[in-house]
Amino acid sequence: MSPRQRLVLFTVAMAGLAACFAWAVAGLPGFGNYPGPYGPVILHDAVGQTHATGVVSAVNFEYRGFDTVGEEFILFAAAAGLSVVLRRLRDERESRPVDNSNRLPVPDSVRVPALIFTGPTVLIGWWLASHAQTNPSGGFQGGIMLASALILIYLAGEFIAFRRLSPVALLDAVEAVGAGGFAVIGLIALAMGLPYLDNFVPLGTIPGAVSSGGTIPLISFFVGLEVAAAFVAIIGEFGEQTLLVRRS
Amino acid sequence: MIEILQAVMLVMVAAGALAVTRARDRVRQVLLLSGYGLLLAILFFTFQAPDVTLSELTVGTVVLPMILLLAIFKVRRGERGREE
Repeated sequence: MSPRQRLVLFTVAMAGLAACFAWAVAGLPGFGNYPGPYGPVILHDAVGQTHATGVVSAVNFEYRGFDTVGEEFILFAAAAGLSVVLRRLRDERESRPVDNSNRLPVPDSVRVPALIFTGPTVLIGWWLASHAQTNPSGGFQGGIMLASALILIYLAGEFIAFRRLSPVALLDAVEAVGAGGFAVIGLIALAMGLPYLDNFVPLGTIPGAVSSGGTIPLISFFVGLEVAAAFVAIIGEFGEQTLLVRRS
Repeated sequence: MIEILQAVMLVMVAAGALAVTRARDRVRQVLLLSGYGLLLAILFFTFQAPDVTLSELTVGTVVLPMILLLAIFKVRRGERGREE
C-alpha cells in the first residue's frame, strides 16, 4: 500500500469515526445530569438503612457486596497467577542477596523522604481500611496504601528489609485470610437464614460512629488485608525477578 | 467555579496522555505515566469521587510505575548480559 493510499484510507476512516463520535456525544444526557433512578434512592436511604455515613462503602460492601466479592477474587487470582508465572525456572539460579551488583545506588534524596513517609503511610492505610463506614474509601484504598508503605521501604533501597517484613508464607496467609474472611462473612449470613452477605451485625445506634455499619467495617478490614498482601506479593515477585533471579 | 476546575483538569489530562504517548525513552515514559496518574486523580477529585481518587493515586502513581520500572530494569540487565 502506497503512502498516498494509506492517507486516503486514514482520512475516510477518521471522518467516519469523527461523525459517529459527534453523533454519540449529541445524544448524551446534559453535563452533570444523572438520568437513572437508583442513585437518588441510595443517597436518600443508605444512611438510614446501613448507619454508615460513608455511602460509597455502603454501596460497595452492602448493596453490591456480591460484586465486590467477585472483584476481590479477581485480584486474588491475579496475584496467584503472577506467582506461578514468575516462579524460578530450572535453568535460573538465585544470586546471593548480598551480592554487590544487586545494590542499587539510592541517593539520600530518595532514601530519606521514602523512610520518613513510611510511617504516616501505614497510619493512613490502616485508617482508610478500618473506617470504611465513615470515610468515602475503604479496604481497597487502605490496602494499597499499606502496600505502598512497603514499596517506600523498597524504594529506599532496602529490598532485603522489604523481604524480611513480608515473607512469602506470611503474605500467602494474610491474603488467604483476607479473601476467605469476606466470603465467610457472607456464609455466616447464610447460616443464619439470611441472604448471602446480608448485614447480620447490629448496625449501631449512631450513624457515623466507628461502631456503626454492621458488616461494612468488617468486610472492609478483610478486603484491606487481601489487597495489601496481594499488592506486596506482586511487587515482591517483580523485585525478586529483577534483583535476585538470573539466567545461568 | 468547580466547572472551571473540571475543564482545566480535563485539558491537562488530555495533554498528559499525549505527553505519555510521545515519550521515547522508556524510563521517562514511566515517570510521565506516574504524573499522568496524579493528574487523573485530581480530575476524579474535582468530579467529587474521593474513593476513585485514592485508588488512582496509589495504583496509578505508585504501584503501576513501580512494576513497569522493575520490568524495564530486568529487560535492560538482560540486554547488557548478552552484550558481555
